[in-house]
Amino acid sequence: MYGVSQLQRQLAQYTSSLFEEGFLDDQFNQLQQLQDESNPEFVVEVVTLFFEDAERLLNELAKALGQENIDFKRVEAHVRQLKGSSSSIGAQRVQKVCIAFRNYCEEKNVEGCLKSLQEIKQECSLVKSKFETLFKMEQQLFAAGGSVTR
Amino acid sequence: MESCNCIDPQVPADDLLMKYQYISDFFIALAYFSIPLELIYFVKKSAVFPYRWVLVQFGAFIVLCGATHLINLWTFRIHSRTVAVVMTTAKVLTAVVSCATALMLVHIIPDLLSVKTRELFLKNKAAELDREMGLIRTQEETGRHVRMLTHEIRSTLDRHTILKTTLVELGRTLALEECALWMPTRTGLELQLSYTLRQQNPVGYTVPIHLPVINQVFSSNRAVKISPNCPVARLRPYAGKYMPGAVVAVRVPLLHLSNFQIYDWPEVSTRSYALMVLMLPSDSARQWHVHELELVEVVADQVAVALSHAAILEESMRARDQLMEQNVALDLARREAETAIRARNDFLAVMNHEMRTPMHAVIALSSLLQETDLTAEQRLMVETILKSSNLLATLINDVLDLSRLEDGSLQLEATTFNLHSLFREVLNLIKPVASVKKLSLTSHIASDLPMYAIGDEKRLMQTILNVVGNAVKFSKEGCISISAFVAKPESFRDARIPDFLPVLSDNHFYLRVQVKDSGSGINPQDIPKIFTKFAQNQSLTTRNPAGSGLGLAICRRFVNLMEGHIWVESEGIGKGCTVTFIVKLGIPDRSNEFKLPFVPKVPGNHGSTNFAGLKVLVTDDNGVSRTVTKGLLMHLGCDVTTASSSEECLRVVSLEHEVVFMDVCAGLDGYELAIRIHEKFTKHQDRPLIVALTGNTKKVTKENCMRVGMDGLILKPVSVDKMRGVLSELLERRVLFETV
Repeated sequence: MYGVSQLQRQLAQYTSSLFEEGFLDDQFNQLQQLQDESNPEFVVEVVTLFFEDAERLLNELAKALGQENIDFKRVEAHVRQLKGSSSSIGAQRVQKVCIAFRNYCEEKNVEGCLKSLQEIKQECSLVKSKFETLFKMEQQLFAAGGSVTR
Repeated sequence: MESCNCIDPQVPADDLLMKYQYISDFFIALAYFSIPLELIYFVKKSAVFPYRWVLVQFGAFIVLCGATHLINLWTFRIHSRTVAVVMTTAKVLTAVVSCATALMLVHIIPDLLSVKTRELFLKNKAAELDREMGLIRTQEETGRHVRMLTHEIRSTLDRHTILKTTLVELGRTLALEECALWMPTRTGLELQLSYTLRQQNPVGYTVPIHLPVINQVFSSNRAVKISPNCPVARLRPYAGKYMPGAVVAVRVPLLHLSNFQIYDWPEVSTRSYALMVLMLPSDSARQWHVHELELVEVVADQVAVALSHAAILEESMRARDQLMEQNVALDLARREAETAIRARNDFLAVMNHEMRTPMHAVIALSSLLQETDLTAEQRLMVETILKSSNLLATLINDVLDLSRLEDGSLQLEATTFNLHSLFREVLNLIKPVASVKKLSLTSHIASDLPMYAIGDEKRLMQTILNVVGNAVKFSKEGCISISAFVAKPESFRDARIPDFLPVLSDNHFYLRVQVKDSGSGINPQDIPKIFTKFAQNQSLTTRNPAGSGLGLAICRRFVNLMEGHIWVESEGIGKGCTVTFIVKLGIPDRSNEFKLPFVPKVPGNHGSTNFAGLKVLVTDDNGVSRTVTKGLLMHLGCDVTTASSSEECLRVVSLEHEVVFMDVCAGLDGYELAIRIHEKFTKHQDRPLIVALTGNTKKVTKENCMRVGMDGLILKPVSVDKMRGVLSELLERRVLFETV
């Protein structure tokens, strides 16, 4: 059983590592700021929403790219959505891949699109696990009686 | 001859006579024959002899005479008839020729005589020419002397050398005993002996200038012979035995620069002269010749010219030296001024930073202290501290502003701003103060005043606040009226602003603001002083500690920078005063409006922006961003409704919503939606503000947004602070286009 301060320190370290590795950017800070007494679970809600949305979009993308005559416009629309969502929560690496994906779409480069799709899937699962770890640590801290220092 | 043709006995007694006749005849004939020979001989020798014909005649005459006498020799004895005939023929011929010759000679002899006259005449002429040659030669000699003298004189530009050389050369050329130069003294009443030839250092003899002899010399430009006994000529003790040498004096004009006017030779009356006296050696019986006098005159003129050149040169050298000195002095002054300016700038820079920092600390901490629990006494003290430090901060700012204004280093910014809201803000700031003093505040903003203007908003606000603030400060009761309108060209020809010449152009207009108060007024005599800095108006009955005296000076500087004019009118003490100013502002056209910089209001403790209950509608088809935006706005206290599609948005939107945020980077067609919302609320004045949120600036452009009637455009990502600023700006100005 760790002490509160230790847990806090651990959490802070983990969070900053996420930033350093580029998983998160400043937008995530903004999200955290929005969480207050009236909205205590804001961040978790948004992140969960994002991953649901991302899964749906990735399925759609896989379907669209699997067709014979690929409708690049539709693909691009999906990618744009994903980019918007990822930038809203500050998932930086996902956002970057989305940008590359969009370029491939404009070039109508099928191979590139498929490659990007794979990358996005990878990044999404990565950042999902990171978030899960982060939330677990937060829960532990709350359980120990501490609060997250912003 | 007493011979006859009869036979005569020869008388032997006449034999001697006969013999003598015989011999004489013979010699006569001989002579007669030899004369022509001689004539012929000499004539042949001479080249010119115009009378050959006469000679022939004469020759013939003589030959015949000789022949006659020769033939006569035969007639002494008994001679035959042939001899007699020959004799007769000879005689007849001789008679003819001699008569002819005699006749001829009548013509010739006057000619010969006139030749002689001509010869005499030519001889005289030759003598005359000789004389003239002599004269010319003498003149040439003189000329040579003069040239040489001039050369010597003009070879130097030094005044003393010129004069000395003149005397030396003159002395040499003319073999003078003594040569002296008398110069006029400073007073002009005396002549002083300045230079002499023989004496080394002339001791200052002076002679009054108005002696008759001197006047005589000065009145003519010729060399004048003067008596050796007059004061100017008596330089040395008379050492000669018989008589002193002849003396000549000539005037030397001394020219000054000021004597020369253009197109005008100097008048005689303004000239001053020096006197040159030349003495021939005594006991020499030499007299002054004309050519020598001429030489002296010419030399005197040359000396005058040389002296004037020397004077001019001296003058210009002096001027040049003076200029150099002045240059050095100016350089020094400039360097000192630069040092002073640098020192002042350093001082200002230091003051700027070093003084403001502690000031801010004091002000901030005092205001924090105010918030804590204090006793009444402590509260009073803290309030005083706060007030004083605020004053000090204002003073520092004012002084710095003013020095920057004077430096010319202050430059106005030019941004587009909302003119109406500026006035609103001023009123909001002043209303509380005015109501405390029970002053009524009325404002009249003209309806044709443009909504937006280009100019320095901060400084304009500062100016208006200062003017209105003064009005409030100096009024104890009554009312204050502020009016603002566009100045018409006719109002410019105002007697009160004579120097103001506004230039009207298409993209500028002149804003005229007038602030009238019914306060203590200003004495009309003091009006010119109020704009000078630090000059306090002493006649105020209420000594206002808040007035540092800089406010109006700064206002005037700002107004001037805005190419405007500010002036004050007052009818006297107690009758209130009116401050009017006109400034030039730019008119923004459509493209200018988009140049609004996005300046969010001060974040943080902004207690006055209260978005509590502000109804907003967020339309976004991306669930995540919709949730984030909703969370953001809720955090700021808004009442947020969401819509996930255009149709839903149109269904939900109502007049209660103040702002509609729509995300236009997703599939949502924001433009179409904006048009539809406009259609829905065309009849209503306070429709919701439509603001587009986008992260993509290529597709979504300000032009397009404006075209469809949107009121704002904001770029994602939006932070909490940014959203706060956006909302307050939107509510304030009803428009907000972020620059990309």
